[in-house]
Amino acid sequence: MSDAVIKVDGLWFAYKDNEYVLQDINIQFDNRPTAIVGQNGAGKTTFVKVLKGLLKPSKGDVWISGTNTKETTVAQLSKIIGLVFQNPSDQMFKSKVIDEVMFGPQNIWKDKKDKNFVYEQSIKALRIVELDNKLEEHPYDLTLSERKLLCLASVIAMDPKIIILDEPTIAQDRFSTRKLAEIIKELIKDGKVVLTITHDMDFVAENFERTVIFYQGQVLDDGPTEKVLSNEENVATAHLELPNLVRLAKALDFKTTPLTIDDFVEEFSRCKKAGD
Amino acid sequence: MDNVSTLSAKISIEHLTYRYPFAKNRSLEDITLSIDAGQSIGIIGRNGAGKSTLCYTLSGLIPRFFHGKIEGSIKIDGEDVPTMSVEKLIRKVGLVLQNPFSQISGAKMTVYEEVAFGLENLGIEKDEMHERIDTVLKQFDLYKKKDKNPFELSGGQLQRLAIASVLALQPEILILDEPTSQLDPCGTTEVFEAISQLKTLGITVIIVEHKFEKLVEYVDKIALLNDGKLVKYDTPEKIFSMPQIEDYGVGQPIYTALCKRMGLKKPNGYYPVSFNETVTLLSGLKMYE
Ligand SMILES: Nc1ncnc2c1ncn2[C@@H]1O[C@H](COP(=O)(O)OP(=O)(O)OP(=O)(O)O)[C@@H](O)[C@H]1O
Ligand SMILES: Nc1ncnc2c1ncn2[C@@H]1O[C@H](COP(=O)(O)OP(=O)(O)OP(=O)(O)O)[C@@H](O)[C@H]1O
Ligand SMILES: [Mg+2]
Ligand SMILES: [Mg+2]
Repeated sequence: MSDAVIKVDGLWFAYKDNEYVLQDINIQFDNRPTAIVGQNGAGKTTFVKVLKGLLKPSKGDVWISGTNTKETTVAQLSKIIGLVFQNPSDQMFKSKVIDEVMFGPQNIWKDKKDKNFVYEQSIKALRIVELDNKLEEHPYDLTLSERKLLCLASVIAMDPKIIILDEPTIAQDRFSTRKLAEIIKELIKDGKVVLTITHDMDFVAENFERTVIFYQGQVLDDGPTEKVLSNEENVATAHLELPNLVRLAKALDFKTTPLTIDDFVEEFSRCKKAGD
Repeated sequence: MDNVSTLSAKISIEHLTYRYPFAKNRSLEDITLSIDAGQSIGIIGRNGAGKSTLCYTLSGLIPRFFHGKIEGSIKIDGEDVPTMSVEKLIRKVGLVLQNPFSQISGAKMTVYEEVAFGLENLGIEKDEMHERIDTVLKQFDLYKKKDKNPFELSGGQLQRLAIASVLALQPEILILDEPTSQLDPCGTTEVFEAISQLKTLGITVIIVEHKFEKLVEYVDKIALLNDGKLVKYDTPEKIFSMPQIEDYGVGQPIYTALCKRMGLKKPNGYYPVSFNETVTLLSGLKMYE
């Protein structure tokens, strides 16, 4: 696949000698909306930290936009790849929301862009996550759900080609979760490659074309969401559950895998008409 | 509101109003509700509705840790929570915080010691302590991590540790603030299973949760908060059948959304909320054709 923006070849990783948390991962990512799912401790966060260059592969190679991460620096990589951390405190260190968001772009565009441009870019990002009314607040005074969104804004402001979201729906209510789905769609429309780690199977079913299952440091399954999330055996092995509508469809002997309420209603009325 | 006598209630809250120090607005406003001993209650509401704040008042963190002015009353077995002795309070109420990073003491070197920390504070004897620790670590799939540093755990493993360390204390009232936000789906089910097990022991459980499909299967009642106020305190089917439910930004179980879309109610006039109810309703329809 020539349009793979991320290419991972024979990747192994251990935090400590010989305790391999990632084992021989071979995978590529392009601009399809992609979800990464898997059991607690499966290695998802570790994997994306390797992609971002924060952790070095023990063995194997990672290419980001054609560059081997071994031959570049984290600073260089941060221009093309942004990671929204699972724990927002890992990422925040300024005392004002606006400074927090401006910090990244200021660094990567040090001499090339003026401060005004950086400010505009940051405001735009804060507007997307609807925090532009809290510019002067201290990040630690924000609620957890707001802090997660702040971290997303900080990454969007740097305008990287690749954006990785590590459990963005933590602490979000239904409304914000829906908003997140829209933001992800917009980013992809703007030509970004977006990878999303999540445990919310309904969120995956509704919003992602491709799903990758991690299991004990390896890729257990990878393909169209409809196929991956209807494979009961793999889903159970990986400590996941079927999306609620898929579970319902199985209980009612549907022959299709409905991922949305629309899909479900359509198939249900077709079944009724056909009398099966 | 409900006519349950507040005297028999384990927890009774009356006209509770609270404002954080220096905050412009009240985070809780005139809340009245009672929870019987042994009940399981869900708390739902959009971001900023006041769910965590209510948990803090129930567990006594307000006003001990967060100051500010409390009006109205909050009682456990007739005794005022804000003035109850800390020793008594930590025996009665356990709180699992929304952010597991805040729960971890940070002072302990291993997962095992982290769970032991709370138990030592309660003065639990050694043998019993070890037994309790082993039980919860196995229950939440952390046993093989017992000698690891808590900061070497994955996010979900850390959340499991936060839950395990509170459950080990065996409080009479257990409050969980979005305890499954980072858990894998099986882990989420395990937490709810643990809750229903506690219920059989007569423990009162209060849980803040956005995963309504799971929540509705385990709780007796749901308190819907909005803007610090209690909108409704009722059974799940009545809460989610409210015509204005969408106005509160909380969403609804996907099964309820589906049935509303298809215009299908249960014979009792309410919309289904759970998987089983929906299967029953839809398979009945299929058979009529
Ligand atoms: N320490 C604090 N000081 C001042 N205001 C606070 C504090 N903590 C929370 N608030 C405010 O109180 C209100 C209720 O917050 P709370 O955290 O209880 O909401 P929540 O329902 O738990 O939200 P979420 O779903 O985001 O966790 C919000 O407006 C919030 O900004
Ligand atoms: N800093 C660290 N040092 C040592 N081991 C670690 C460290 N961070 C994570 N681990 C271990 O590596 C494994 C993979 O962790 P990782 O955080 O990648 O999992 P995850 O799939 O993101 O899980 P979750 O769904 O819980 O977030 C786990 O067993 C974890 O205990
Ligand atoms: Mg993780
Ligand atoms: Mg909260």
